[in-house]
Amino acid sequence: MTRGRFGIFGGQYIPETLMSELAALEESYERYRTDADFQAELTELLNSYAGRPSLLYYAKKMTRDLGGAKVYLKREDLNHTGSHKINNVLGQTLLAKRRGKTRVIAETGAGQHGVAAATAAALLNMECEVFMGREDTQRQALNVFRMELLGAKVNTVCTGTQTLKDAVNEAMREWTSRVDDTHYVLGSVMGPHPFPTMVRDFQAVISAEARAQILERESRLPAAVMACVGGGSNAIGMFHHFVDDEGVRLIGCEAAGRGIETGQHAAAIAMGETGVFHGMKSYFCQDKQGQIAPVYSISAGLDYPGIGPEHAYLHSSGRASYVPITDAEAVEAFEYLSRCEGIICAIESAHAVAHARTLVPTLSREENVIICLSGRGDKDVASIAQYRGRDIHE
Amino acid sequence: MSRIASAFANGGSGGGGVGNGGGGNGGASAFANGGNNKAFIAFVTGGDPSLKRSEEYILALIEGGADLIEIGIPFSDPIAEGADIQDANLRALAAGTTVDGIFELVRSLRLKTQVPFVLLTYLNPVYHYGYEAFFAACADVGVDGIIIADLPYEEKGELAFTAAAHGVDVISLIAPTSAERIATIAADATGYIYLVSSLGVTGMRSEINTDLASLTRLIRATTDVPVAVGFGVHTPEQAASIAQVADGVIVGSAIVRMIAEGVAKESAEGFDKDYPENSTKAHAALITTLRTYAHTMKKALR
Repeated sequence: MTRGRFGIFGGQYIPETLMSELAALEESYERYRTDADFQAELTELLNSYAGRPSLLYYAKKMTRDLGGAKVYLKREDLNHTGSHKINNVLGQTLLAKRRGKTRVIAETGAGQHGVAAATAAALLNMECEVFMGREDTQRQALNVFRMELLGAKVNTVCTGTQTLKDAVNEAMREWTSRVDDTHYVLGSVMGPHPFPTMVRDFQAVISAEARAQILERESRLPAAVMACVGGGSNAIGMFHHFVDDEGVRLIGCEAAGRGIETGQHAAAIAMGETGVFHGMKSYFCQDKQGQIAPVYSISAGLDYPGIGPEHAYLHSSGRASYVPITDAEAVEAFEYLSRCEGIICAIESAHAVAHARTLVPTLSREENVIICLSGRGDKDVASIAQYRGRDIHE
Repeated sequence: MSRIASAFANGGSGGGGVGNGGGGNGGASAFANGGNNKAFIAFVTGGDPSLKRSEEYILALIEGGADLIEIGIPFSDPIAEGADIQDANLRALAAGTTVDGIFELVRSLRLKTQVPFVLLTYLNPVYHYGYEAFFAACADVGVDGIIIADLPYEEKGELAFTAAAHGVDVISLIAPTSAERIATIAADATGYIYLVSSLGVTGMRSEINTDLASLTRLIRATTDVPVAVGFGVHTPEQAASIAQVADGVIVGSAIVRMIAEGVAKESAEGFDKDYPENSTKAHAALITTLRTYAHTMKKALR
């Protein structure tokens, strides 16, 4: 089996033009991951710039309301730029800079990764271009302007379904045309090796902190940790340091859109099949001909037809479980958390909150769970209003 | 000699052409050929705008002198392609093109010609079909090779054995960035080597700045497998220049664009999808254009 595998999943299924660069990236990543100077600089940025460690917040009202296990929220929404994306972006951009690159490119769905990439590029003096599907530039117009304010160029992608998948296609095409001075800051635990491993390592800070925080607060491990899953970077970050704790259930919440039975969803595990796309072998929503299927979710960040290869492996080995959450459930959870805890979370993260609302009442009061609140919800307010039939202009 | 080898060995004069179907002497070579007769390889996206039309276009290119035909199996997300071929992929899919449809296209063509056919696609449609079933079908209908744009050397192992067992060459790609990978890839190559002329995606380029001579020298230090250059190539002048260093040229986007423009004219004339046999003037003109183009390119390679 070739490099970068999680069981049968993963690999490097990418045009030859990029293979030398991937090998060079892997080699320098292996060097810097154990380089004390690099790690110290990254930690300093994460702490003094991004605001880590993020809080582990005990959601007392939600706990009382649901009447089961204690609910803790890992507050990645409080990071600078408003989501977990900054963890990965600071790591990759710093690495790119050490490797002598002067330009970063990134894909984005909801805009959170694009904003984070634009931010890191501004801070570290790199040129930045972001690729975003036309549909997403419309539903996340505020983030487009935010990226421009940060000095990035936003390229509207009008090919294919004009969403995240197509933004990745265009970013990969751009990378093949300009690989010398450019690093592709992939935003999730997907793509060809070494991205799934490297992005996981940068996001693993979430569970490294959460595990220590919960042990300090509760002196016991959580019964379950849960997170939303598109490509799956906040989920892998939330899972990683709990994988060896067999008693901790790892639960990923996929976008079921209008319902997995309607065909309008982005649930790669529930409804997808094994395939090869975007550099990796994993599960993908696809048709009978192996064509990648158009997917749908109210959440631009989960609107992706695949899932990272390590998730595919955790699913196939049974270590993690994945549940589909509909738009309706996510929107209700979005509103619920706003009213109950005074926290407006991202519609992506609301998929995990939704599952917690059904899981927590089945657990005992002695137990606890952690929900990864991957991002803040300001960007979603207008589209939630629209979902509820109110027209709000940003 | 395999059909691919003869396409190169005889520059198309032996196995090529339409009408000598069935020939065991179809012979080893789109490439092998005395003198400076280099192979002209033409690419067509299968099923754009229909499989029947693709067959007519391919026959016209062969009549014009194409030594080998690459047929694209359309994929929803062709990440190595520029706009022309991306659009062709989407048009072919919208027309309902399937993998089995492409096999039937080759089966039908194989009754009429011994020119080698090489499929070009992405791994997922092949993986989804099942490697054993896919390559068995290739052998059955007369496919000679396959190019998988997102299957680099490192991952080739998962289907190489199955492809070889059915006599299908998995064509290796080498890029300007391949550097020290070249010897490894070349040592393993069969059929021909697809030398990617430039960084980036497919599409016509006015200039090709890569030092193709050095790359070809590095390849030839390891293998005798013929080298064909693609990505950006479209003029007879480029072809003639590449012929100085390589064994063949591959033209894709330019042909796909001719087809797109011809079909657009045809639609303007009132082309009826349900009755494709009602050939229009625009269609006849497109057939002539393709035949003439292939002839011009082939001439530049002699």
